[in-house]
Amino acid sequence: MTALDEKRDAPLARPAPHKMSWAWLGVMPFFLFAFLFLIYPSSTIVVRSFQDSVTHGFTLKNILALFDNHYILGAYWISIEISLLTSVGGGIFGFLLAYAAIRGGLPSFMRSSLMTFCGVASNFAGVPLAFAFIALLSPTGLLISWLRALGYNPYFHGFTLYTFWGLSIVYMYFQFPLMVLIIAPAIDGLRREWLEASENLGASSFQYWRYVALPILLPSIMGTMILLFGNSFGAFATAQALTGGQINLVTIVIGSQLRGDALGDPGLGYAMALGMVVVMALAITGYTVLQRRTERWLR
Amino acid sequence: MRRGNRIWSWIVMIIGILYFFLPLLATFIFSLKAKLGVLSFQAYANVFHDPAFVYNFSYSVLWAISTIVVGILLFVPTAYLIRLRVPKLRSAVEFITLLPFVIPAIVFVFGLVRTFSHPPLLIVNSPALLIAGYTVLSMPYMYRSIDTGLRSIDVRTLTEAAQSLGAGWGSILFDIILPNIRVAILSGAFLSFAIVIGEYILAQYLAKPAFAPYMAYQIQQKAYEPAAMAIISFALTWAAMGIIALVGRGNGQAQVGGGH
Repeated sequence: MTALDEKRDAPLARPAPHKMSWAWLGVMPFFLFAFLFLIYPSSTIVVRSFQDSVTHGFTLKNILALFDNHYILGAYWISIEISLLTSVGGGIFGFLLAYAAIRGGLPSFMRSSLMTFCGVASNFAGVPLAFAFIALLSPTGLLISWLRALGYNPYFHGFTLYTFWGLSIVYMYFQFPLMVLIIAPAIDGLRREWLEASENLGASSFQYWRYVALPILLPSIMGTMILLFGNSFGAFATAQALTGGQINLVTIVIGSQLRGDALGDPGLGYAMALGMVVVMALAITGYTVLQRRTERWLR
Repeated sequence: MRRGNRIWSWIVMIIGILYFFLPLLATFIFSLKAKLGVLSFQAYANVFHDPAFVYNFSYSVLWAISTIVVGILLFVPTAYLIRLRVPKLRSAVEFITLLPFVIPAIVFVFGLVRTFSHPPLLIVNSPALLIAGYTVLSMPYMYRSIDTGLRSIDVRTLTEAAQSLGAGWGSILFDIILPNIRVAILSGAFLSFAIVIGEYILAQYLAKPAFAPYMAYQIQQKAYEPAAMAIISFALTWAAMGIIALVGRGNGQAQVGGGH
């Protein structure tokens, strides 16, 4: 050690240490902001889910009560069903649309217009979207009156805009454009050489999809569908504006719990909100894992 | 085989176009029917002459601009310092900026209301809480836009050049870095604008005047005016996206977002 110490001749050039602390100080407002308005309020939900609303002691009562309450379980179930339906349906249709625009032999301006439309449509949600579908599919809506003129009234055959199927049709409006936006780079990454190579080797169109294209695209298709699932699972404003809060979704129940203690148990409200965060966290984790698998092919 | 593919592509595309335009067409036609028997822009005139609309809409614009200003002031220095001085905090910041995706807006506002509605944190009635909430909701888009912008310029060289010419930190950030990433900031800003203008949940539950809650209320009251408002809202979204596409031309990144 002493030998090493004696060897030093000039001090090493290194940045002055006080600069570091200035930088730390500079990022403090962000962390302070994030803590105060995002992390602290969110952790309140976690903490109070495990807290007795009277004694403030630790309890699992709220969480267990979730699984005992048919009304709440039903809300979770409908939210999950609607999210599954619109993420898989919107995912498949969005993929077909993106593939048609990018590789379907359509004029090239179709692609850029589709991307712009999808950017608008995935952002056009909530109250105005609900109204647009009321104008189209309510009993006096444009499409329904056209169908009535043709002698077919869907409202006589069990269709209503304000329940499960109607809401699914509305959700699709922001689901498939999101799919198009996110999946387009993956379709771009599908090299033309792979199609040519498999055609040269005598593969049929089916074989190309089964053995080449789908295995490469599947992780990103699945990953994006998971993202769509989360997108629909957390949606509130569209459903609220469309049904006036008459549909039993998790977000709607939380909304009415927030207006006044609709469940008659504050602890249950927190546990319900926590349940949503858990579902969303699982979805985002799944997306991240699949995204990492995708990146291998998209360089 | 190729020709068959093209026919399928057209069929899929036409279904997509119908899905996209039919609801808008229905809304537009409906919005023109305010006068019995003739098509007119009466509903639009009613909307623009309605003081309550002007009041609520102006507030939404005010919230949107405040959110953008707070976002720029808060995120530009942070993204800059993370990139240049404290890269070890990068993953922490990325985690935080992604959190609003994981926490649905209704759960987020639930947390906000319950946290800030009793002393010592009784600020649930303050507009500051609403703007802070909007800043959180727009954070994934705003922060990411700024960070992408910083990635495309040589932050280190610019900083060192400015320093050796004697610039202080304030002028480095606001005279050098900010103008160089203005395209990225603009696209983040317009996306935030579209999100805040269309946002319903926060304003509704924090009981503040805003466009979306007003429109939701009008749906229960009137027929033609909400249709006109839906068209106005759509035109605004379209304008914001169009400007983003225009200023960001060439960097090819798709903007994804929204509050449903």
